[in-house]
Amino acid sequence: MKIPYSWLREYCDPGVEVAEIAERLVMTGTEVERVGSVGPPSADGFVVGKVLAAEQHPDADRLRVCTVDDGEGERTIVCGAPNVAAGQTVAVALPGARMPGGEKLRKAKLRGVASEGMILSVSELEVGADADGILVLEEGIAPGTPLAEVLPLAEPVLELEVTPNRVDCFGVWGVAREVHAISAAPLAAEPWSKDAEAEAAGEVADFASVAVEVPELCPRFTARVFTGVTVAPSPLWLQARLTAAGQRPINNVVDITNYVMLLTAQPLHAFDFDKVPDGALTVRAAREGEKMTTLDGVERTLDAETVLVCDSEGPTGIAGIMGGQVSEVSAETTRVLLEVANWNGTNILRTSRLLGLRSEASSRFEKQLHPALCMRAQAIASRLLVELCGAKLVPGTIDVGTEGPPPPRIALRASRVEGLLGMRIAQADQVAYLERLGFAVEVDGDDLQVEVPPDRHQDVIREVDLIEEVGRIHGFDEHLPTTLPAVAEKVGGLSREQQLRRRAEDGLCGLGFDQIVGWSFTDPGEKTRLRIPDGDPRADAVLLANPLSEDQSAMRTTLLGSLLDVAARNLAREAGGVALFESGQVYLNILPTGLKRPDGGRIRPVDPLAGEFAGERGAPFGEPHRLAGLAVGPLVEKSWRGGGETVDFFALKGVLEALAVELGVVLGFEAAPEPFLHPGRSAAVLIAEAPVGWIGEIHPLVCREWDVDAAFGFEIATAALVGAATIGEESYEDVTGFPSVQQDLAVLVPIEVTAMTVRDAVLEGGGELLQSAEVFDLFEGEQLGAGRKSLALRLEFRAPDRTLTDEEVATRREAIKASLGQIGGSLRE
Amino acid sequence: MLERIEAIRKEAGSAIEAASTSAELEELRVRYLGRKAELTTILRGIADRPAEERGQVGGGANKARKELEGLLEASAERLDASELESKLAGDRVDVTLPGAPPRAVGHPHLVARTTRLIEDVMAGLGYRVAEGPEIEHDYYNFTALNHPPGHPARMLQDTFYVQSHPDVLLRTHTSPVQVRSMEAQAPPIFIIVPGKVYRRDSDATHSPMFHQMEGLAIAEGLTLADLKGTLLALCRAIFGDERELRLRPHFFPFTEPSVEVDVSCFQCGGTGSLAGGERCNLCKGQGWIEILGAGMVDPNVLGFVADNGYDPERVQGFAFGLGVERVAMLRHGVPDLRRFFDNDVRMLEQFG
Repeated sequence: MKIPYSWLREYCDPGVEVAEIAERLVMTGTEVERVGSVGPPSADGFVVGKVLAAEQHPDADRLRVCTVDDGEGERTIVCGAPNVAAGQTVAVALPGARMPGGEKLRKAKLRGVASEGMILSVSELEVGADADGILVLEEGIAPGTPLAEVLPLAEPVLELEVTPNRVDCFGVWGVAREVHAISAAPLAAEPWSKDAEAEAAGEVADFASVAVEVPELCPRFTARVFTGVTVAPSPLWLQARLTAAGQRPINNVVDITNYVMLLTAQPLHAFDFDKVPDGALTVRAAREGEKMTTLDGVERTLDAETVLVCDSEGPTGIAGIMGGQVSEVSAETTRVLLEVANWNGTNILRTSRLLGLRSEASSRFEKQLHPALCMRAQAIASRLLVELCGAKLVPGTIDVGTEGPPPPRIALRASRVEGLLGMRIAQADQVAYLERLGFAVEVDGDDLQVEVPPDRHQDVIREVDLIEEVGRIHGFDEHLPTTLPAVAEKVGGLSREQQLRRRAEDGLCGLGFDQIVGWSFTDPGEKTRLRIPDGDPRADAVLLANPLSEDQSAMRTTLLGSLLDVAARNLAREAGGVALFESGQVYLNILPTGLKRPDGGRIRPVDPLAGEFAGERGAPFGEPHRLAGLAVGPLVEKSWRGGGETVDFFALKGVLEALAVELGVVLGFEAAPEPFLHPGRSAAVLIAEAPVGWIGEIHPLVCREWDVDAAFGFEIATAALVGAATIGEESYEDVTGFPSVQQDLAVLVPIEVTAMTVRDAVLEGGGELLQSAEVFDLFEGEQLGAGRKSLALRLEFRAPDRTLTDEEVATRREAIKASLGQIGGSLRE
Repeated sequence: MLERIEAIRKEAGSAIEAASTSAELEELRVRYLGRKAELTTILRGIADRPAEERGQVGGGANKARKELEGLLEASAERLDASELESKLAGDRVDVTLPGAPPRAVGHPHLVARTTRLIEDVMAGLGYRVAEGPEIEHDYYNFTALNHPPGHPARMLQDTFYVQSHPDVLLRTHTSPVQVRSMEAQAPPIFIIVPGKVYRRDSDATHSPMFHQMEGLAIAEGLTLADLKGTLLALCRAIFGDERELRLRPHFFPFTEPSVEVDVSCFQCGGTGSLAGGERCNLCKGQGWIEILGAGMVDPNVLGFVADNGYDPERVQGFAFGLGVERVAMLRHGVPDLRRFFDNDVRMLEQFG
């Protein structure tokens, strides 16, 4: 909202520089985006001149050489405007004047004739739109008069960002009242307090009629008729104001409707009365698919919730949004029907969004104006039509609908003011602030009874809204104390799960992985590039109805895509390798299920990591948290001592195992396929035998899609990992007791028997005395015979209550031998 | 015989002192004091000597032996030290070669680190960390936050909706967790809510995905002054102890009164100009930087959870929301919001 400062000061002049009032507005809740200006930056060098002679330029058909009296003497100005003529009073810029935009005007030679200044058009002065000819001022202004005395020059303009609750500040009057409230400078009489005299013959009912079929969508519709209208350009002051406020002047009738809207926030619409058959208007809902052409020349298809203003031949406008071309006011118009209506804001907002059509009018109506505003706008517009267009007002106003409910009365308790704000505001101050804001106030002991004016009916409906009003005018800045809540019952901190998630993230950082934050959106084709088949839950992404682009229209179902995206981008700029991890949500097109209680009943537990959140309604979709990593290239940099080995399955598995140690989790691994993994190098990650994620080499065809080589990754359900973590809850185990016996064991097995199977067999045979068995070597070779391999394990035997004898250990070794026999293995003695 | 002993002692003594390696010394020990050594033989043969010689010869031989043993020990010490010295001298490495790299240490993302910074400050002020879904019901994101359907305030945030589910959207702020948490926990409640949020907007200052941190405090008797004190503590922890706050009245549908909060500029100290006199580029000469939105929780919001103890006549409180990336940009001079999601390793590795 652009508010020319001179217009504002017509109603309330705070008597300070514009910058100061802007600051005060900002600190009381009216956001000032900037203080701009229209026209030249300074009025210096702009004067009124009189054209004494205008001769044809000797060498240019289109130029005239003018002799101009600037009050100090005569000067020559070459002018290209077709309308310049001797005898005109004009606006002149003298050399040295700064033009709008800041450029300094200089003496110049135009086709050989020296020109000492410039005769200006309204558009060059930014007081209007007409650029076709120079501005001709009214006669009788003495040459040499500073132009700023005739026109607004260097006009400061407050550019406000009005919040949607303050529809009153979409009008200059509302802002003026705000300035009155914060400065206490006097406020002028309400501009609608005087209506126009109705001097035309007859009665409005003789001319026009209005029928409202949808009163719930059109609470009030008022109309007046004017005869004898002369459509012409608006007077300069009006053009200047509209231009400064960002509106293009069109003609006096249309300009008046815009002007009154900018003043009162109430939009108006002028019809060429003679283009409304019988002057009969009907407000009705559109038929589904009905079409009409709006003023901007676009044909629009409407739906059944759109409200139309129609004449007997069809729609003349989309209610509250934009008029139609059929009854547009033109130069030939002599009679005007002025509509000032009140519309249902929700409906206007809906229709304007549906049509993608937002106008100055709709942006005000959508915030729900009060029906009482209609007659204010009628009064001001009527007077201006009479004054500026020679119009005669036909007596009477068509007024269909309601004037709105009576103003609400709200009690404002002194105790609540202090209790909510934490600062005391004297009653006299509260009364003064509210009255200056336009509220009627009655003192009721310590408390106040407050009546809300129509302009604020949407915004101020409760006591708390009044507390905000008195608080903000009083000021939250210097008056408000700085305290901390005096509440004993609060214990802050992270949950165990949140702490463990942090520990896992820190663990991955410590293991050399950089954390990324990937996009939650991806393209729907990602599943194909990841080779995820239909039927896999990860192929069924949650899709957005209104994505920014197709590439960002699906919610990711795995972190792998994000990691590959980031890896590919970094590798493309020649990063030697990457080790990345992400800690974040994936989104699954399933409804999250509540967990079962031990007694079988359903609960809604709060486990955000599993996608179970607080609140009576669960999450709309599955949203589990994941930890995932991806590595390409070496995990340890190459140096003169070695290193630089490219990451492989076991290097990454080692990372995951180290992370597990960090959290006190025992992980299992089991060969299992994933569509996006190398079929021979992929495993399910297990906790207590349940799969909680995957690890493996990314499938070469997937790598090819992202243009990366030899990538290895993992993805783990954070809730499972964190849920199994034992760190912080360990119990002490004796370490000072009896010594252990350590032995190495070489086991010969068929090549397809996995290391885990061998280890499990050894542990089973070893029984309780066998504390640990770890594979430390693998050997395959011809001397073992085809199809066989040898695994070396380190065993540790220990008893808590005695030193083991050789015989005891030998017995266990025999048992291990027998156990290995079960899986086709033998000891290599 | 005594002369012979003296000759051996002299010969051995000078040989021991001349020895230059411990191996040589060991050889001398065997030669002069070993089982087959002459002196040993003399001592062993004492008994065969005439009685009058025994004392003299025995005493002399023993004395010589002791003396040689002492010399051997001293020489051994001397040689150990010098041999170690020459060994160490031989073990010299080129200390200017590069060190062997350990497994590289990774880096937390700046957004994650900034989130933790704020969480930790607020945890110290008695707040718990709550979380909520990013794909959210319209009810929690708008309706229960006093944005009724068709309300123009919904236009303030351009929203992503989920296909075929007109009442499901990507949350536009972390505020939906306010009502979720109040449904689950009766007052008093003090929580902060970190997380991703989404708005349908993309340019240098807007990203369709970014991170917010919500704060909510509801109890008996909380005031706007408490909000100011809490935010002052937070801003000082983030931006330095010298910071001041400025509350500007504003409008949010779910708080009343609502404020926007500015923090005094930490680059120019709130003066708007730098030491050289030029305009401060961080606050654009204003002296203040807009940092977050806040306010007293609107009674209408509490009304949605009134049956869980949130009677607006009995309890009240405040809420605030700040942009995590904005804090990180200000603290670390990151010029463009989009850099956070490029995940360029060269940027990631700048922040530890």
